[in-house]
Amino acid sequence: MSMQSQDIIKRSATSALTPPPHARDQQAEVAKLIDVSICIGCKACQVACSEWNDLRDEVGENFGVYDNPRDLSAETWTLMRFAEYENSESGKLEWLIRKDGCMHCADPGCLKACPSPGAIVQYANGIVDFQSEHCIGCGYCVAGCPFNVPRLSGKDNKAYKCTLCVDRVSVGQEPSCVKTCPTGAINFGSKADMQFLAGQRVAELNGRGFANAGLYDPQGVGGTHVMYVLHHADKPELYHNLPKDPRISTAIQGWKGWLKPIAAAAFFATIAGTLFHYVGVGAQTLDPEQEDEEEQA
Amino acid sequence: MQIGRRQFFKLCTVGAASASAATLGFAPGVALASQSRQYKLLRARETRNNCTYCSVGCGVLLYSLGDGAKNAKGKIFHVEGDPDHPVSRGSLCPKGSGLVDFINSPDRLKYPEVREPGSNEWKRIGWDEAIERIARLMKDDRDANFIERNDKGQLVNRWASTGFLGSSAASNETGILDVKFARGLGMVHLENQARLCHGPSVAGLAPSFGRGAMTNNWVDIKNADVILVMGGNPAEAHPVGFKWAVEAKIHNNAHLMVVDPRFNRTAAVADFYSPIRAGADSAFLLGVAHYLLSNDRIQHEYVRAYTNAPLIVREDYGFDDGLFSGYDADKRAYDRASWTYELGEDGYALRDETLQHPRCVFNLLKKHVERYTPEMVSSICGTPIKDFLHVCEKLASTSVPDRTTSILYALGWTHHVGGSQIIRASAIVQLLLGNIGMPGGGINALRGHSNVQGFTDLGVLANMLPGYLTLPSESQQSLQAYLDERTPKTLVDKQINFWRNTPKFMVSFLKGMYGENATAENDFGYDWLPKWDRAYDVMAYVEQMHKGQVNGYVVQGFNLIAAAASSGKVREGLAKLKYLVVIDPLTTETSSFWQNHGEFNDVDPAQIQTTVFRLPSSCFAEEDGSIANSARWLQWHAAAQPPPFEAQHDGRILGSLMTRIRELYQQEGGTCPEPLLKLDWHYHDPKSPHSEELAKQINGYALADLYDDSGKPIAKKGELLSSFAHLRDDGSTSSLCWIYTGQWTPAGNMMARRDNTDTGFGNTPGWAFAWPANRRLLYNRASADPSGKPWDPKRAFLHWDGNAWAGADVPDYPVGSPPNSGVSPFIMLQDGVGHLFSMGALVDGPFPEHYEPEESPIPANPLHSGSGKSPVTRIFKDDLPSFGGREDFPYVATSYSITEMFRHWTKHSRLNAIVQPEQFVEISEKLAASKGIAAGDTVKVSSQRGYIRGKAVVTKRVMTLQVAGQEVEQVGIPVHWGFEGVTRKGFLANILSPRVGDANTQTPEYKAFLVNVEKA
Repeated sequence: MSMQSQDIIKRSATSALTPPPHARDQQAEVAKLIDVSICIGCKACQVACSEWNDLRDEVGENFGVYDNPRDLSAETWTLMRFAEYENSESGKLEWLIRKDGCMHCADPGCLKACPSPGAIVQYANGIVDFQSEHCIGCGYCVAGCPFNVPRLSGKDNKAYKCTLCVDRVSVGQEPSCVKTCPTGAINFGSKADMQFLAGQRVAELNGRGFANAGLYDPQGVGGTHVMYVLHHADKPELYHNLPKDPRISTAIQGWKGWLKPIAAAAFFATIAGTLFHYVGVGAQTLDPEQEDEEEQA
Repeated sequence: MQIGRRQFFKLCTVGAASASAATLGFAPGVALASQSRQYKLLRARETRNNCTYCSVGCGVLLYSLGDGAKNAKGKIFHVEGDPDHPVSRGSLCPKGSGLVDFINSPDRLKYPEVREPGSNEWKRIGWDEAIERIARLMKDDRDANFIERNDKGQLVNRWASTGFLGSSAASNETGILDVKFARGLGMVHLENQARLCHGPSVAGLAPSFGRGAMTNNWVDIKNADVILVMGGNPAEAHPVGFKWAVEAKIHNNAHLMVVDPRFNRTAAVADFYSPIRAGADSAFLLGVAHYLLSNDRIQHEYVRAYTNAPLIVREDYGFDDGLFSGYDADKRAYDRASWTYELGEDGYALRDETLQHPRCVFNLLKKHVERYTPEMVSSICGTPIKDFLHVCEKLASTSVPDRTTSILYALGWTHHVGGSQIIRASAIVQLLLGNIGMPGGGINALRGHSNVQGFTDLGVLANMLPGYLTLPSESQQSLQAYLDERTPKTLVDKQINFWRNTPKFMVSFLKGMYGENATAENDFGYDWLPKWDRAYDVMAYVEQMHKGQVNGYVVQGFNLIAAAASSGKVREGLAKLKYLVVIDPLTTETSSFWQNHGEFNDVDPAQIQTTVFRLPSSCFAEEDGSIANSARWLQWHAAAQPPPFEAQHDGRILGSLMTRIRELYQQEGGTCPEPLLKLDWHYHDPKSPHSEELAKQINGYALADLYDDSGKPIAKKGELLSSFAHLRDDGSTSSLCWIYTGQWTPAGNMMARRDNTDTGFGNTPGWAFAWPANRRLLYNRASADPSGKPWDPKRAFLHWDGNAWAGADVPDYPVGSPPNSGVSPFIMLQDGVGHLFSMGALVDGPFPEHYEPEESPIPANPLHSGSGKSPVTRIFKDDLPSFGGREDFPYVATSYSITEMFRHWTKHSRLNAIVQPEQFVEISEKLAASKGIAAGDTVKVSSQRGYIRGKAVVTKRVMTLQVAGQEVEQVGIPVHWGFEGVTRKGFLANILSPRVGDANTQTPEYKAFLVNVEKA
């Protein structure tokens, strides 16, 4: 099933001079909207994700909290993170539960950082997918992700993360976590529809006294294809340290961004200089004695 | 090859250049075609089924290998939700999402096995040997201990020394076979998990409204304006049903409130949360009733027309200092004669429509609840007064006709010594508010297991027969005597009193049991039924077992040692059995109770002489059949793969056993073989009755041509019946469970229907079949006033069209009885009205009262001068030392389920084990600090009955409460782990729980008892 190669708009370690086929990229961008305000933290999404993707993480231990497994891993692609928050304004306890996992950024830091051609791709519908057979296990994607999502597998030294169930989406189904969500806290559709729905949800939350409710669709990464409705959108860090203004790190921006054309130019200049030198000056010659001396030195 | 320095530099330069070129994207495009993962379901076989865990009854799609070809053996590899299902709409909770790992669990049993007395191992045996040995053990015990006549010479035909536990996760077809099997052999101990679960729901709801079931349905919750979740935690225990509470919030602007001992996941999305001390719910609800009455926030017209508020109670009824009239301290029981109406000369109850008479129910109730002031409620419950008043005010806001409250509860109410009365108290509140029979109203008992509703309906309970008929007692020596006692008299003129048809239901049941052998001459085989002499509930049977009075136990899909109270005592009891037969898809702690598992199960196998058989059975995904969800929907499901290895269907196991036992009796005679041999066991294959045959038997047949009163033909001889209205008491009809009649009619299998058309208010009458008579919202006539006008124009659920009642649902009312006919909407009750005063239906009072739990953290009940505990709870003498005091065990323990797990079952599913791998307990930050406990530390929790260890979850969600002037700490104990399964090993939480139960149903107190906590 190589049809997706037609729909790829970005590939890791590929320059604009050799772009992927992109004649057929007139697709609606998709998005998953996670409404934290009606999420019960049941972990159905977590189980459904592992079930659909044939993942079975280790049976771990309890660390004194509800978060299990303790962290994302190569075999846990989404994870409920729990935070108890005493709201000093309302005087009420709030249990903020956030489904963590890949945000499918419009401008994916992982893809940008990846040095292996085609190991990370972005489809026209916005899904960012890892092509594990091309993964070289360098871990740059982990460093490149502003949300700390990809994980390297100890078994095969390849990186893994949520695919937004690209295998389901590509045949017209919703992702597994979306379908299973008991309360409808996870929705899926076109990004425009999800933004519209988020607007309705925010209005409803405003009506219930959450004046700072809002949509989390951070523009620092070009927006995301997984978005949150938060009751406290002004303080995303309350939700188990969801970054307030996520950006791709300057190093990667530099290295893979503006440095890249300069590097390319320098590269060609070096090659050209060497060539001109060879043609114009010729190869340097050494007499054998001199070489012997150098060898013994 | 020699490489000089210069050559080395040259090579390096070329290498670096190539790598740079590649990194910069100039690599040749070889073998880099990207592809997503293949879609794995393209041609997989899709089978529709229902989730086997809870009573929401979600639709599931089972995907199995192969396309159904004969040569391909189905193997389920994926499960997801059925988007067509009206309740689940494609969703599944974490348990349902992990079903594939239960179906394919490494703990599935593969072969019949036996553990011989004193042995330390399982031994594989063949099915023939297993059936032969078990049949022999059962026959020998029955021959030796069957009681044909009691000491008084009464015919009792009972066998008490072997018991049977059925499984409320099995299908109705298995359930009815359990009834035929156990009652046919004369067993009096026949139980299922309902005893340990929602027993009090039936005992609380049936006397209030007429039926012991969830009044409304899952989807209807979306129509509520206010939702009170108390004594339940649907976001965790019924997540997909809870979808409709969230829907009410989003689309009906509902206010969702949670009152619970801990801030749970339902509270996480609620608009309001208030803490309460575990075991204080009655006080809270009676306080609400007091608030409504004293502030005049009731629906007057409803109360007057549709409740027994105007009816006058006998003069000798009374209540004083915690005791109702008629108490006998020696017997620890009430004489309930005074708890009824004063009757007029016409035999009907006296009434005062003005509600002025001092002894009318309305004024008695007012008087009864006046002690429950907000201050008193706060003192008993530990709920801050302002929180309590917030709940009262929001509930009171629905006393107007056009607003409703839906109450959602589950085991948090039933698992208390006063469980039935807590539910009664909620019934009083909802009747005062006029919320019963209304869309978006009701008292929604969220049942536990996927088919615990079905097993309750089928009477798989010691004192019951199918369809809420009761098992005869030994004093009921003839069918006539039984019917005279069990058929209620009409107490108010014109009322339907539908139970007046009891003779039709009973005779049709007997015809179903004994077939052609049941004749009018022999009382339709009534004598063959076992007659009880005393309680045979699970707790009582464990007591008998512990005393060595029980020899055999057939345990089908029931993890007794994990589920019953005081696991230690259960283990000791099992060790005194001669034989134990466990029929289960999984390895359970009950089947391996004799194995040493260190601290978790510290026994010496050599000392245990019980022969244990372990027979592998199919699971839900491997059978055809029906289960009844909480909303009474009978949903038919289909097998997606054959049972694994040598596992067999329950029907085949019971059929083979019954056939062999009957052969033995025919060959060699024995004690009283008649009841057994007269049992109707005509199936295509008597060794393996099929689900379809059984479902039709449950529905019932016309045994002669039937005509209605006007002589019009109803059914021909041999045809399936289409309604319980057609049942007869002359032996011309059969039906094993009258309330299910209509489930399989001449038109086909009604349970397999899949039309999800919404006829209004989210009602989908074309989906499956709901008992009774496909009604989806019970008592729905009460949605309109006596003149037929809907109380709320927005909620016009039924209307009178000039000739008949019509609307979104089947009327729960005589369809041709016009408005203002005087026929009241609660047609199952003798007086036709909802019961604020329940008369003598409950053993512990016609009104609820707050009594302290048997193990209470406070020295006295602020309401009473005496012990303040229920005067009628049953405690076995031997158990008295097993109760602890507040000095040694100062903290209130409450046990529960969490959303990732289902009781002691999902620990066999890897997917669920991953998300909750290890046993834990929840304590407050204050308690943790005082004991030096940090989150993640291992703690030891002990009661007078034993101890467990688990990780400490230290949380703000468990709060220190102020109760009766002292601080009370609560300890939360999830129950899901054990010494079998794929989670980390753990302790059975019920090691801790006490052996005392609800006075009406003996459902154990799992949710309020005393413990101590230490850092381990």
